[in-house]
Amino acid sequence: MSEAENKPGRELPYVMAINEGIREVLREQKDAFIAGEDVAIAGSVYGYCTGLLEEFGEDRVVDTPISEKGIMGLGVGASATGCRPIIDLMFMDFVGECMDEIANQMAKMRFMFGGKATLPVTVLTMGGAGGSLAAQHSQSLEAWLAHLPGMKVVMPSDAYDAKGMIISATRDNNPVFVVLNKASLAMTMEVPEGSYEVPLGEACVRTQGKDLTIVAFGRMVHEAIASVEKLKEIGIEAEVIDARSVQPFDTETVVNSIKKTHRALVVHEAVKFGGIGGEISAQIQEEAFDYLDAPVMRVAAPFSPVPFSPALEQIYIPNADSIVAKVKETLAL
Amino acid sequence: MAKKKSVKTNVPSQKVLQELHRKMVRIRRFEESAGKMMEDGKIPGALHLYVGQEAVASGVMQHLSNKDWITSTHRGHGHLVAKGGEFKPMFAELFGRSTGYCRGKGGSMHISNMDLGMLGANGIVGGGPPIAMGAAFSNKFKKNKNVSVAFFGDGASNEGSVHEAANMAALYKLPCVFVCENNGYGEYTPQSRHQAIVDVADRASGYGMPGVICDGMDVMAVYEAAGEAIERARKGGGPTLLECKTYRYYDHVGVRGMGLNYRTDEEVEEWKNKDAIEAFEKRLVQLGVMTKKKIENVHNAINKDIEEAIAFANDSPYPLPEELLDNVYNEET
Repeated sequence: MSEAENKPGRELPYVMAINEGIREVLREQKDAFIAGEDVAIAGSVYGYCTGLLEEFGEDRVVDTPISEKGIMGLGVGASATGCRPIIDLMFMDFVGECMDEIANQMAKMRFMFGGKATLPVTVLTMGGAGGSLAAQHSQSLEAWLAHLPGMKVVMPSDAYDAKGMIISATRDNNPVFVVLNKASLAMTMEVPEGSYEVPLGEACVRTQGKDLTIVAFGRMVHEAIASVEKLKEIGIEAEVIDARSVQPFDTETVVNSIKKTHRALVVHEAVKFGGIGGEISAQIQEEAFDYLDAPVMRVAAPFSPVPFSPALEQIYIPNADSIVAKVKETLAL
Repeated sequence: MAKKKSVKTNVPSQKVLQELHRKMVRIRRFEESAGKMMEDGKIPGALHLYVGQEAVASGVMQHLSNKDWITSTHRGHGHLVAKGGEFKPMFAELFGRSTGYCRGKGGSMHISNMDLGMLGANGIVGGGPPIAMGAAFSNKFKKNKNVSVAFFGDGASNEGSVHEAANMAALYKLPCVFVCENNGYGEYTPQSRHQAIVDVADRASGYGMPGVICDGMDVMAVYEAAGEAIERARKGGGPTLLECKTYRYYDHVGVRGMGLNYRTDEEVEEWKNKDAIEAFEKRLVQLGVMTKKKIENVHNAINKDIEEAIAFANDSPYPLPEELLDNVYNEET
């Protein structure tokens, strides 16, 4: 829960933490390789594969055609037959190009085969809005993936977690989607050298508070933490939980917090309708109804495609102010 | 244009000929019996019978060991039988019993056996080739001499997944053979109404691999053409697209079918006159490889195995309710 205590003093941006995570995996797992569009010669469009080709060679850092069905199929077939692939899906929006390979093959093969197949495949992908990349390059589609039995889905919110969760995902014997956030790439923090794990399926309490629990996903964790300062000014102590993992979801940590705060707000960047917030809200009401003093509320994107214009995108993405407003509503202030 | 394969005169060994025959009869008897079991209400769900196409699976699989991978189709029992699948766990799977290859979790459309190198039948048309390509990538990555074979139909040849897999297999020069079983129909739509070409193998040059056409009703023709393609793949020469012209005697699904008016009885009879097993048995007698009596003995022995397997499946327990959630995830770390 408090990895912060163990962090030595070296700062890295999120993007380089991803790079280090992949590097550690390729160093320690001889059956691991990374394949995806522009990962080898170009070092990925985000830069997080920089230097990998030079260190690990063409057999293990593999440029692919722009063929997401093929790339994801490569991950299914190679993982089922003894490799531990890291598949790079450049934008999360591209899951539509390969949803059959993800949903009908990767997630289900073990179950369909009666437990006789193991698919240790990690998919790195980039979600989130904020760069005026518009409706097809900015989505947060984690709910699509978390809906699939057999799939694990994590959303590291910071550099430390990004590195540790990539390492944990590749050591897991299941398909894992690591959903990264493009607006967080330059965010810097202390990141240890060498290999370490951040467990999948465990949420993390980022700030302690007694008045309300905010459950946030991915980049929204930082907006939630920013809202804590503003809330303090009006005398509200909010407890921020970084969900970290969407599937499996750590209901226990959330419920334990609500037993103390009696109020909950779920925050994500995906659109509200059908977003993971609805599921979390329902779980809270199933598990902790008697502890609640107010309805569980949600802050999420409105039900529209992600807009292009900065003027619109800015109001589209939830932020600290919209969180503060919803907290006030929850507390009937 | 794809090369039409003419059969050479050199005859395989007697052992190979007898094994080819046994494979085909095992498939035919398994499928005819499965059809009957479905009619009798013993097999739930959908059943896509392979009867008519036996020469393809048998001729190809004769060249493969358990270490070579295959991906199959919705019409997949024949591939598994030819790959060494045993009748008892196969019938048990179709019956939905816990003694089935997939513990009753997969059924006809997902029947598989990883130990035999069979990466599953597949309910998604075009689902297999990307996985076979991934398995071939795995073989090349591990520098072993194993190959993978993707079976698919003329219908699947129009799926984007097949094109992506073929392009990547050629690009990476993978030990992968694409076997198109052209049975003239994509479900209920004749080939002339689903693609503008007659020979699917013509597409091979577009992928950068050789295209070969053979008579899929002649097991020796398939054996020879597949042998060359597989040997080429094993030696590092890359993939081949092998098209086998064949026919299914039963409807797309089930035994009596849906009564749809999409082909004539005369056409079915015409193809039955070219039956691969009858023609091959005549040839075996002519060549002095097997007597009629010996052929009859093969049939009788297989019939006995079928009876025992059906009894085994019938007596096998259904999966227990507590097994439902087993194998959604791999819990081993």
